[in-house]
Amino acid sequence: MAEIQIKNIAKTFGDYTALHDINLTIADQEFMVLLGASGCGKSTLLRIIAGLETASSGEVWIGGRRIDHLSPKDRGIAMVFQNYAVFPHLTVFENIGFGLRMQKLPNDEVTRRVERTASLMHIEQLLKRYSGELSGGQRQRVAVARALAMEPDVILMDEPLSNLDALLRMEMRAELKGVLAESKTTAIYVTHDQVEAMSMADRISVMYEGNIVQAASPIEVYRNPAAEFVAGFIGNPPMNFLRATPAGDGKWTVAGQNVDGPTSGSSPLQFAIRPEDMRLADSGFSATVKVVEPLGAHLLVTCEVDGTLLRAILDSDLSVNRGDQLTLAPQSDRVRWFDPETTLAVA
Amino acid sequence: MNDVAAAPEPVRSTRKTGRFVYIASVGLLCAWVLVPLYFLLINTLSSPETVNSFPKPFIPEFDMGSMSFFAGYGGMLSALKNSIVVAVMTMILSISIGAPAGYALSRFDFRGKELFRMLILLTRAFPLPLLALPLAVLFIRTGLDDTAFGLALVHTTLAIPFAVLITFSLFSGIPIELEEAAWTLGCTRLTAFTKVVLPLILPGITASAIFAFVISWNEVFAAAVLTIENRTLTAFLLVKLSEAPLHLKFAGGFILVVPALVFIFAVRKYLFAMWGIANR
Amino acid sequence: MNPRLLPYLLILPVTLFLGVFFIYPFVLVSQQAFSTGGGFTLDNFRDVVSYWKFPISFKNTMLLAAIVVPLQLVLSLLMATMVSKMEKGRDLVLYVWTIPLGISDLAAGIIWLAIFEQSGFLNSMMSGLGLIDQPVNFLSYQNPLIIFVAIALAEIWRATAIMLVILVAGIGLIPKEYYEAAEVFGASPWKRFTKITLPMLRPSLQTALVLRVVLAFEVFAVVAALGGTLFPVLMGEIYSYQFDLMNNNAAAALALIVLAISIFFTLIILRVLRVPKGATI
Repeated sequence: MAEIQIKNIAKTFGDYTALHDINLTIADQEFMVLLGASGCGKSTLLRIIAGLETASSGEVWIGGRRIDHLSPKDRGIAMVFQNYAVFPHLTVFENIGFGLRMQKLPNDEVTRRVERTASLMHIEQLLKRYSGELSGGQRQRVAVARALAMEPDVILMDEPLSNLDALLRMEMRAELKGVLAESKTTAIYVTHDQVEAMSMADRISVMYEGNIVQAASPIEVYRNPAAEFVAGFIGNPPMNFLRATPAGDGKWTVAGQNVDGPTSGSSPLQFAIRPEDMRLADSGFSATVKVVEPLGAHLLVTCEVDGTLLRAILDSDLSVNRGDQLTLAPQSDRVRWFDPETTLAVA
Repeated sequence: MNDVAAAPEPVRSTRKTGRFVYIASVGLLCAWVLVPLYFLLINTLSSPETVNSFPKPFIPEFDMGSMSFFAGYGGMLSALKNSIVVAVMTMILSISIGAPAGYALSRFDFRGKELFRMLILLTRAFPLPLLALPLAVLFIRTGLDDTAFGLALVHTTLAIPFAVLITFSLFSGIPIELEEAAWTLGCTRLTAFTKVVLPLILPGITASAIFAFVISWNEVFAAAVLTIENRTLTAFLLVKLSEAPLHLKFAGGFILVVPALVFIFAVRKYLFAMWGIANR
Repeated sequence: MNPRLLPYLLILPVTLFLGVFFIYPFVLVSQQAFSTGGGFTLDNFRDVVSYWKFPISFKNTMLLAAIVVPLQLVLSLLMATMVSKMEKGRDLVLYVWTIPLGISDLAAGIIWLAIFEQSGFLNSMMSGLGLIDQPVNFLSYQNPLIIFVAIALAEIWRATAIMLVILVAGIGLIPKEYYEAAEVFGASPWKRFTKITLPMLRPSLQTALVLRVVLAFEVFAVVAALGGTLFPVLMGEIYSYQFDLMNNNAAAALALIVLAISIFFTLIILRVLRVPKGATI
């Protein structure tokens, strides 16, 4: 059992606060992704869990044991680094076996575990090579194998795929997910790539300026973003926002149209809708087309609605040109509302 | 090359001339360095009579007369030995004292780091051999006067700024992630250093140790001030400059040059990397 | 152990060492310079400066630095740019050009002595070409100019390499894109050199010049080998105060004067070649 509990973790560098009072529980064998733009504190949090950085305050527990005062080697974790950190002076075999040798395991046990993890990562033919003779993808595999060979309670990954090219990244994404599910370890995975997060995670923690804004399953984060930031960060392109003024009785005026919305409140809200949830219709927002981007599977149309730019994903068979006037209707059950004061979602 | 072929005639010929001037200047500058060394070689490999005669031959006669005269000259061999002893001590002292500081500079942010760097850089802007003057007095008091160790201490002062800055740049070249990876794989700070950093840094450390050796080997002023009986080769030659015969000077000069040639060759790969970051 | 203390523990040996062998002797040398056995006095400085050899050795040292350093700067810049676009044989050429880096000033003096002494190679060459009948004694008191030239050549020969190494390393740090961008905008090779290489090389030029100028004021063994007493320089005078005249206080005072000159020029170089904050690569 390796449940991870992060309790009131905060980190300051001088005047700068990198993490504000973080609380997060990660279940045993869960695949948790920390997602956010650079500088949001996700790597700092991971490094605090690993013991490479000390928190200014707060506690970290793994499997019911408080570990934040221990050195990295005593925490029962293994880590995969962004630039792989494969030791250049050792062969692939010795790299994978490095941690096992440090534990003073007998030779045949080291060999057995190195060979097993190497074949799991499909690098058994590379065991005699040095890191300089490996491609980026192969180094990545060595780094993962080295972490898995430790049979850790928790595996921590810091943007492990970000140095790979797009095609390889997609391949490794699926493979890594499979291998980790097999190994039954708890995993924390840091990335800025939302596709990676969506496709791999059991749960995503979206981080922004040192806070966890939302921690939920990928589909929940996508469908019901808890805050404007999440709505604007997840999805490609992200959600559209339009200003809504109250018209009484759960009715709201958005770009001159009447829309049903939250029944409470009398101050303006933000009306939000995903680009793929817009349809061409007879009645709705009147939009002037500014840019048309044919993306093959569909058309990405940027248009102006009531002085605001709005993106819609439309059928690729349509013939839409710059300057056209369209009428766009939002799919009503996909509309979300945010309070501009608190930036949080309103039911 | 296509663009050359397509270029009109005058452009092509100026390019050709440019190329010729370029190669010729490179050759000339190489000769500028090598020819004086060659002259020294001729003198060293000639008999004392030839060295003192006129005109000089322009090819060496491969006579060991000058060298054996050098070897037999009173005090010369012990001066040579002293030079080596002092240089080896300097090498060991400056690396063992300087490398930890280089590591600290590359791996930690600490209060006073800039001040420390300034101190190190400042020592380079000082005519350090001058410090041998007061140390001469201090050494007499502590019994270090006229000893190899005393001189090695002064030479270490000369070599330490380089040792710190060079090891700083070497350590900075080793990604910290390698150490962090080792920590997560069961290493302590110390074992991560010995198992990961040290094997990677060893060639570079050797190069900077050699550099310290050469600094000590070549130093004249402090050596001449601080040693009387136990002269190093440079100090010995300096004192004998006015009285020694020419062939002795040349043989001595040659012995001074040889290790330098070998050492610069051995460290050539690191010379530029060492200076690249060291001067930031 | 507290990890916050680790860096201090690591720099402790160097700090102690420099405290004992750099700062303490510096204090001692100042004490010596400002005393004659009794209390504080400027007598040593007065004595040293009014000694008849001071003006000539000061003039010689400064003149030598003023001629040698600019020539070395130009030469090392030229060599560094030549090397930077070399494809074949770069390593070999660089090795040859940096050989003098490992050669002591005394050895350099002896090497050039082999050329300029009376039975040396310059005389041999000139007689071989029929320019002279009798070997000329170049390094005698009758030829002060030739002594100066010989010392200057030996200094240029010996100490250009240190500047070259620093500049080559510096040029290596300038990203190629800047040159390509400048070329696209139509900058000639000369313009690229003056508008990109030189300004971006400022930190390296700083280091190179500071090191070189300080070394130039310390010129000693080359002069001893080639000029002997015919060409007095400041370091030589310090040496003779210490040993021939047995006057430690005067030696210390003169040492402080050399130090002051070095610091003065270091500050000027740092000021003139300063890099505006935020304008680094």
